[in-house]
Amino acid sequence: MAEIRVEALRKNFGAFTAVKNSDFTVEDGEFFVMLGPSGCGKTTTLRMIAGLELPTSGRIFLGGEDVTFNRASHRDIAFVFQLFALYPHMNVRRNMAFPLVCQGMPRQEIRTRVEETARLLRIDHILDRPVSGLAGGDRQRVALGRAIVRRPKAFMMDEPLGTLDSEFRDLMVRELRELHNSIRATTVYVTHDQVEAMAMADKIAVMNHGVIEQFGHPQEIYDRPATMFVADFIGSPPMNFLDVEGGQDAGAAKVRLCGTEVAIPELREQVADGALVLGMRPEHIRFDDGSRLRGEVVGSEYLGTTQIVTVMLGAAQLKARIAADLVVRDGETVGLTFDTARLSLFDRASGRALASARDDAGPARRTGTGG
Amino acid sequence: MSTSTAHSVVEPSRLTRTIAGTLVIVYALVTMVPLAWIFLTGFKTPPDSISYPPKVVFEPSLEGYVNLFTTRTRQTPDYMASLPPPQTWYEELVRSRQMVIAGPSKFGERFLNSVIIGFGSTFLSVFLGTLAAYAFSRFRVPLADDLLFFILSTRMMPPIAVAIPIFLMYRTLGLSDTHLGMIILYTAVNVSLSVWLLKGFVDEIPREYEEAALIDGYTRLQAFVKVVLPQMATGIAATAIFCLIFAWNEYAFALLLTSGTAQTAPPFIPTIIGEGGLDWPAIGAGVTLFLLPVLVFTILLRKHLLRGITFGAVRK
Repeated sequence: MAEIRVEALRKNFGAFTAVKNSDFTVEDGEFFVMLGPSGCGKTTTLRMIAGLELPTSGRIFLGGEDVTFNRASHRDIAFVFQLFALYPHMNVRRNMAFPLVCQGMPRQEIRTRVEETARLLRIDHILDRPVSGLAGGDRQRVALGRAIVRRPKAFMMDEPLGTLDSEFRDLMVRELRELHNSIRATTVYVTHDQVEAMAMADKIAVMNHGVIEQFGHPQEIYDRPATMFVADFIGSPPMNFLDVEGGQDAGAAKVRLCGTEVAIPELREQVADGALVLGMRPEHIRFDDGSRLRGEVVGSEYLGTTQIVTVMLGAAQLKARIAADLVVRDGETVGLTFDTARLSLFDRASGRALASARDDAGPARRTGTGG
Repeated sequence: MSTSTAHSVVEPSRLTRTIAGTLVIVYALVTMVPLAWIFLTGFKTPPDSISYPPKVVFEPSLEGYVNLFTTRTRQTPDYMASLPPPQTWYEELVRSRQMVIAGPSKFGERFLNSVIIGFGSTFLSVFLGTLAAYAFSRFRVPLADDLLFFILSTRMMPPIAVAIPIFLMYRTLGLSDTHLGMIILYTAVNVSLSVWLLKGFVDEIPREYEEAALIDGYTRLQAFVKVVLPQMATGIAATAIFCLIFAWNEYAFALLLTSGTAQTAPPFIPTIIGEGGLDWPAIGAGVTLFLLPVLVFTILLRKHLLRGITFGAVRK
């Protein structure tokens, strides 16, 4: 097991830059998730750590050793591919034994190891089956087994649950996390699915256009998005954004919205005219008949425990998550209040989060450049 | 309660299947008739083989096969009478025609030449094709598209169009009428087919398999041998059949470039002359035997062949 450190990592494909100067550290035993839309550079970063791509510049350290230009076979890393890459001409046992055979391990020991690992993953009953007939979940477990059996320094996983149906995915998310809790192996996991990321990660890096937008704990990323991209990418439905007219001085604790004063966390920096964007999660909007901020209901989605109500506030559209038993009708006018302490403030042009009273306990952590 | 039969849009109807089946059977019959005729001719006596009207029902004889494998000389009745009684059934058969066996014919040698040259060039074409296809599929080869087109372009003219230059070149290089020369020639013709067919197969094997093997500690060559090659088996088999069929059947170059030591069966069989013209039963026997290896090879690999032909038609 080992710590993974990435310094100023960059990858160009011709004129296209897939990864721009990434820096981050995955601590020993951590479950680290790289999250982002397709084409954001997360898989490229993963492949560079694994040694399947060479970086254009930058360094990669594995357990303190510089492995930037080492061959993949010399890095002692295991990789779980999206399409599993189980060798179709071998049965489950031979698939799992394949990495051990390469190390020249004695046959008896290979047998013991494979069976041990199979029991851990509950696939010991299918060891002698061909891989072609296996169900998606079992294939996934065999792929994991082939990775674990070697006891490598770190695991790389490239959207390993991407091809499973949603019901099975939930199950595998739980299993993967339990597995990680029991073997505590440093893991780098790539996904575009925020639910997977939130459910499994110790740390998340949200990437966009080759840049790490935010690096932090799942809660931090959800509550204190460092950029508007992160705020928009994480959460379903995503964070609402409201443009605020006029400029604000540092120390301002109120803004005007649709002719009404709304309290915000106290600003710690000066904001230019029209640059302030107010961000709020759907669950931080409440319906309050006493509020002077009025909006018109234009639609609702019933989700069982909650409902998502779409409200027009002036020209802006807000999505609010409210209790399912509250009856709202389209066309109805409702009063709105926001949970002031949970509001996020952004600079419109750069998209970055503005310093406010929420940062007094310490600023939202952010690694990487750009944004 | 009545059960209704659901009509599928994609499943062919009974009528369509009947028509298609009939067409296939008719086509098979049409192509099979010459083969069947040749096969029957091999078991006729020389007079039966040229009788008019042609005989469909006849008394089978192995004379064609005996004639194929032997050379014979006609003798006077006096000499025939002076000989000790025949030792074997084929000697008896030959003597009934007032002839004695002078020795074995060259058919065995020619057949062996066909085997050496056919399988040799097939092996070489598939071997080179596999490596080239893998390289084109996996590595960044400079001018890859142009090179591939160049390789394909060698098939755009009939090979026999360059027969004269090749004839002159082979004479100068001392490759005329040698096994090596024929193997090189057939390989040169087949390798383009082999590269293109196999590249399609390699392209379809996800890179992840090799990457998984690389990460598991194998070298690229080991990954190729242990992971890629087994998955290419189907493609290799299909390609091998195509290459073998070409090399086995090739007539024009063989006629032009070989005459003795390296002569293959195709130019040899039609030269089997009997008494008073071509010995049709011997030719029929030769053709029948000549068909067998390709027939057996194709039957053994037919599953792969079918997949090879329909390859790429359906995307997953």
